Amino acid sequence: MFYPGPLVALVDIGRTISLVIIGGGLLWLFIRALKGKEVDRRVIFLFIFIAVATPILFPITFGEKATRVVKAVYDKIESLPAGSTVIISFDFDPAMAPEVQPMANAITRHCLVKGHKIIFMSLFATGQALLTQTLRDVVETEFPDKKEEVDYVNLGYKAGNEGVLNVIISDFKKMFPTDVNNIPYDSIPALDDVSSCKDVDLIVSIGGGKPGVKEWVLFVGDPGRVPVACGVAAVVAPQMYPYYPKQLLGLLGGIKGAAEYESELIHNYPRFKDVDTPGLRMMGPQTLAHMVIITFILIGNLSFFIKKRKDRQ
Amino acid sequence: MKRELPFVLVFIFGMFMLLQYFVPHEKSEWVYEFFLAWTIIIGIFALALGIWSLFKVSVDKIKMHRPGWGYSYVTLAGLFVMIAFGFTKRNGDAWGLYHLWWILGLLCLGAIMQVRAETNTGRKKMYFVVSLVLLAATVAISIFDNTWSFHFYTSEGLENTLFRNFFDYIMIPILSTMFALLAFFIASAAYRAFRARNLMATLLLFAALLVMSRFNPWIPGAEYVAKASTWLMNVPNLAAQRAIVMGIGLGVIATALKVILGIERGYMGKG
Repeated sequence: MFYPGPLVALVDIGRTISLVIIGGGLLWLFIRALKGKEVDRRVIFLFIFIAVATPILFPITFGEKATRVVKAVYDKIESLPAGSTVIISFDFDPAMAPEVQPMANAITRHCLVKGHKIIFMSLFATGQALLTQTLRDVVETEFPDKKEEVDYVNLGYKAGNEGVLNVIISDFKKMFPTDVNNIPYDSIPALDDVSSCKDVDLIVSIGGGKPGVKEWVLFVGDPGRVPVACGVAAVVAPQMYPYYPKQLLGLLGGIKGAAEYESELIHNYPRFKDVDTPGLRMMGPQTLAHMVIITFILIGNLSFFIKKRKDRQ
Repeated sequence: MKRELPFVLVFIFGMFMLLQYFVPHEKSEWVYEFFLAWTIIIGIFALALGIWSLFKVSVDKIKMHRPGWGYSYVTLAGLFVMIAFGFTKRNGDAWGLYHLWWILGLLCLGAIMQVRAETNTGRKKMYFVVSLVLLAATVAISIFDNTWSFHFYTSEGLENTLFRNFFDYIMIPILSTMFALLAFFIASAAYRAFRARNLMATLLLFAALLVMSRFNPWIPGAEYVAKASTWLMNVPNLAAQRAIVMGIGLGVIATALKVILGIERGYMGKG
C-alpha cells in the first residue's frame, strides 16, 4: 500500500499508537500474570486482531533474504537456459490462496522474464479459476508481449488426481488432448517438444493439499527423474522437508517463503520493484501476530508457575 | 456370489497393478493406462453421485424442516447458479435475457424442490405445473436468445463476469476467512497448551518458540535464533518426519496386501 507524502506522517503516528496500545496491553496482562491471573480467550482474540490489522493499515515491512531452500528453487529457474519448459501446477483451493498464490505469481514472473515456456495446469477443481487470476494479474498485465499457446499454455484442471499424473508421465496428449481454449495439443507451439512430463525441465507444484506436491514427487518426479520444486502453506512445510533436497530440489514454505522469493526477484530484477508483492506485505502482520503469540505463551507460563507456587504454599 | 465376486475382482486387479509395476513392457503399460482411465471415469461418476446426494439431503432437510433448513435453499441455489454461470458466456456486448434466464431457472429449481417437499396433494400439483411452466420458459430463452451461449467443451464459461465475480468476491473471501480464523484459535490454543508442565512439554514449548521466532527480525539475536530453528527443522524434524513417512509407507503396503488378499473387508461395509 503506497501513501502520498502528507499521509506518511499520519501513517507513522498510527503505527506508533497501535504498537504502543499492543505493547501497553501486553504489559498490563504481564503484570496481571504476576498475580497468577489467567487471560480470557476474548482478550487474546482482540490482541491478535489488532496485531494483524495494524500492519495492514499502517504498513510494516522487513528486508528478506532468501534461505537455502528458497534459493535452491530460485537458482534452478535462473540456471535453466531460455526456452526451457516449466510446469506450474496450481494444486490449491481459495482457502490456501492468500498464502500460496504470491509464490505462484512470483515464480511465473521469474520464468517469463527468463524466457521459459510455462505449462499451467491444476489438479484441484478450484485451482483453474485461481490459475486464471495469475494469468490475468501477472502474465497479461506485466508481460503483454507473451503469447498464449506460444510462450505459455493453460491446460486447466483435469479430474483424476494421481491418475492424471500417472498418465502424463508417459503421454501428455492422452490426458490433455486440447488446452482450455479447445486448441488441439499438436497445434500448440509451446508443447512442440513436450510429449510427456519427462520432457519438461522443471515441475513446480504450488499447494500443499492432496493431490499435490507429494503426488508429483511419487508419480512423476521420482519415476521420471524430473526435478520438482514446491511452494506450500506454512502448516504443510515441515511435512515436505523429508523430500528435500533429493526428491524436492527446494521449497517455499508459507508467506515467509513467498516473501523471500519476491525479495530475491526484486534484488536481481529491478523491473519488478514496483509490482505488487503480497508476500513481503503480509510479513508485517505475520511477524506482529507471532510476537503477540510468543508474549501470550510467556504470560501463560508465568501465571501457570505463580499459580503452582501459590497452590504449594 | 454377491460377496465373492468383489473379492475376486479386487484380488485380480490388485495383483495386476502390483505386478505391472515390475513389468516395463509396452502392452502392460497400455493395460495399466487403460485402467487408469477407468479410475478417472469412476471419479467423475462419483462427482455426479455427490451432486445428487447433496440435492437429496438438502431437499429432505427442507421437507422435514430440520434445524437450519432455510440454508439448504442457499446451498442448492449456489450449486446450480455456479454450474449455470460456469457453462455460459456472453457473445456480444449485451446480456439479453440472460439474467431473466438464470432467475427463472432458480425459481424452477425452487418449485421442483417444493414438489418433493410438499405433502398436500393439491399444492404438490400446483408446484408441479409452476415448475413445468418455468422450465419451459428457461428452455425457450436458452434456445432463442442468441446474446449468450453454452460452452461445454472450452473454459470460456470461466470468463463469465458473473462466475468470476461470484468466485473472486464471494468464494475466495469466504474460504480465506475460514482459514484465517485459525490464527485466532491457534493463538488461544498456544496460550493454553504450551506450558512447561513436564520435560516433554518444556521441549515442545522451546521448539515452538524457536520456530515461531525464526521469522521475527525484532527478536534479540535473530540471526542465531534463525540458525537454531533451521537446525531444528532440518535435523530433528526431518528425522522424525522421515520415520513417520517410512512408517506410513509400510502401513500402506500391509493394508494394501490385506485388502488384495481379502483379509481386510472394510470397503464392503463389513469389518
